[in-house]
Amino acid sequence: MLKAINISKSFPGVKALNEVNLSFYPSKVNAILGENGAGKSTLLKILTGVYTDYEGEIQLNDQPVKFKNIKDAQKAGIAIIHQELNLIPALNIVDNLFLGQEIRNSWGLLDTPQMTRITKELLQKLELNISPTTLVQNLKVGEQQLIEIAKALLADAQVILMDEPTSALTDKEIENLHRIIADLKKEGKTIVYISHKMDELFRIAETYTVMRDGKSIDAGEMSQTTEQDLIRKMVGREILIQKKQANTTDKNALLSIRNFTLPHHTLKNRNLLDNISFELNEGEILGIFGLMGAGRTELLETIFGVNSTKSKGSISIGNQDVRIQLPKDAIRHGMAFVTEDRKTEGLVLGMNVAANISLTTLSENSLLNEQSERQLAKEYISALAIKTPSAQQLCVNLSGGNQQKVVLAKWLATNPKILMLDEPTRGIDINAKNEIYEIIKKLAAEGKSIIVVSSEIPELLALADRILVMSEGKLKAEFSADEANEDKLLKAAI
Amino acid sequence: MNKELLKKSQSLIALFVLCLAISLLSDKFLTANNLWNVLRQISVNVCISVGMTLVVLTAGIDLSVGSVLAFTSAVCAGLLKNGIALESFDLFIGFTTLGGILAALLIGLLIGVFNGWVITRFSLPPFVVTLAMLTVARGATMLYTQGMPISNLGTSFEYIGSGWLIGIPVPVWISLIVVLIVVFISKKTTFGRYIYAIGGNEKAAFLSGININSIKLAVYGIAGLMAAVGGVLVSSRLNSAQPNAGTSYELDSIAAVVIGGTSLSGGIGSVTGTVIGATIIGVLNNGLVLLNVSPFWQQVVKGLVILLAVIIDQKSKKK
Repeated sequence: MLKAINISKSFPGVKALNEVNLSFYPSKVNAILGENGAGKSTLLKILTGVYTDYEGEIQLNDQPVKFKNIKDAQKAGIAIIHQELNLIPALNIVDNLFLGQEIRNSWGLLDTPQMTRITKELLQKLELNISPTTLVQNLKVGEQQLIEIAKALLADAQVILMDEPTSALTDKEIENLHRIIADLKKEGKTIVYISHKMDELFRIAETYTVMRDGKSIDAGEMSQTTEQDLIRKMVGREILIQKKQANTTDKNALLSIRNFTLPHHTLKNRNLLDNISFELNEGEILGIFGLMGAGRTELLETIFGVNSTKSKGSISIGNQDVRIQLPKDAIRHGMAFVTEDRKTEGLVLGMNVAANISLTTLSENSLLNEQSERQLAKEYISALAIKTPSAQQLCVNLSGGNQQKVVLAKWLATNPKILMLDEPTRGIDINAKNEIYEIIKKLAAEGKSIIVVSSEIPELLALADRILVMSEGKLKAEFSADEANEDKLLKAAI
Repeated sequence: MNKELLKKSQSLIALFVLCLAISLLSDKFLTANNLWNVLRQISVNVCISVGMTLVVLTAGIDLSVGSVLAFTSAVCAGLLKNGIALESFDLFIGFTTLGGILAALLIGLLIGVFNGWVITRFSLPPFVVTLAMLTVARGATMLYTQGMPISNLGTSFEYIGSGWLIGIPVPVWISLIVVLIVVFISKKTTFGRYIYAIGGNEKAAFLSGININSIKLAVYGIAGLMAAVGGVLVSSRLNSAQPNAGTSYELDSIAAVVIGGTSLSGGIGSVTGTVIGATIIGVLNNGLVLLNVSPFWQQVVKGLVILLAVIIDQKSKKK
């Protein structure tokens, strides 16, 4: 039995886990449920030796254990199968399975026949009818996942953690995976299964633990609970933020998106965006909710011209059809896109605040006007209350919330008609959050049309006039601010 | 801002210490004659390296500069000496010194733009594309010259590499002007700002509406142009174009860029830093010659200095 006792873990400014208690039982599938940001990933990282500085105790078969690194956890018999698979595409199955634990013959050379034989046995056990020397890049995602499981079996893992294992699988592959999980259960393995898909959990899991805001909220037997009950526990926080009153006055559509489709880069029969159409009205805040992998970010990126070579669909702005092939075109048509990850997409961290803010508005092939650049920076530093010693400060030295405001500033500087925000408050503290909410509301009041994408329901309830729900690349539901609540949104998204 | 200043002063201090050490060991170092000589010698590397700096700032690299230098210098010499004879039209085009030089510069620019076009059009790694160009341009040089030097290019051409103007060698004037122009471009224009932005975070730059491809095209074009400037300087200094000219110059120029504190991963660094880097290499070469160190040891020492510079750079980054 794997047990976590009073585990707490803090990051600068955030308490990611707060006295979490969990038990995972052998011969059972143990489900963990929770919204994005509930602390599931952090917990997994502690259980597998990625994070080593935490408070509390982990017990394996009633013995306290403390993993010094990933290898330590593996040795203790804990294996994890990540959402993104950790295989080397250009190597074959045998090489991948034995990576780092190769069998050598008496000459000290690789004992390929021996390793191939063992691989064959494992593949048979998993009912995979493929040659051990197949390159991993030629396998389907479902098969690759089974190779990961084979890796866990090879390491003789007693505890196998699976993080959203079915998010990229076809129905048939899921069925196959569940059959194998049932076999593993019979052998006495402890399976930990993280998923958003309720029907799956009710099919295969025996126990559950609900996490919320870094705490373990409730645990019990799957047979003793209902879907309704679990959802209630997942969302059941008090809503601290005032819910928005719907803005019901009739408005004109400013932006219309029609039949947006974006194929998956590797899976042929899957679309990242599947025939999505919607409209954004003038002066409206439109919320888009969806769980991880629902296609929210892809939607905004596609509107902004990032995927124009692969996507299908049409856009019109103010009843005029427009062609957007590059972000440049989108900006010219009055759009702005505050990206999800300010560090990799939003800012040039090694440049200063002023240079980042002016980046969207510099005119090509001209001299820099440092004075007007400083002026612009000053304007936004005071308008958005960006805390920085000066406009010359490098962005890498600012806090997350202030970096986010710089990203916002650089887009407001283009004076956009349409502002798209992707997870505008991810990873920033509550005060900065509220400040950004106020800014967004003010912008809408000034007549800007705004799309807010978020995985935090309270955020959308506080901001949006209307909320669309996405799941697996499709639009699943639409709610006005009045009818929306946490239950309905989460249910539509699952 | 402060960090950049600190980094620059770091390499300036290193240069100063180096000069001090050599002047203590050899009384020939601090003579006007020798110092002009050093500056004249580094002028070629300075020109190539400022172009290279722009490329490296976008997180790219240009390995073809040495070969492009050879090819442009050969073409320049060939045009000056033989012109173009179109026998079927019974036509002969002769070139003045200025004409030959402009033709060489144009060819360098075009080769660079071609590099940039291949890199952006087919999304290939700059390392591979410019490595291919290194071979192609060297081969083209051999074909054009038949493997023989082209000599006696005229006194007005020779003046560019060997003459003096207002008490300063002409190549030093040229490299000085080149440096001033490129410093201005990199610090005072939108184009320069975009170079830093692309190297610092290409995705953020792209999403900000910057046309990444055209900026890269221009940057590789400038690198080719600067290699051609180097080609003209080298052949005019010798009054002869050598088919082997510029061999491994790309490595010296990358060394100057790195010693000057520009990060090979892009976005951080400066043209002035590179000038200091090129000067350090030049002074080091000169000092080792003055101290009668064998040329074989010179290479070893140069390599160790590069290594040291990168280690110090990495350390100061971590702080």
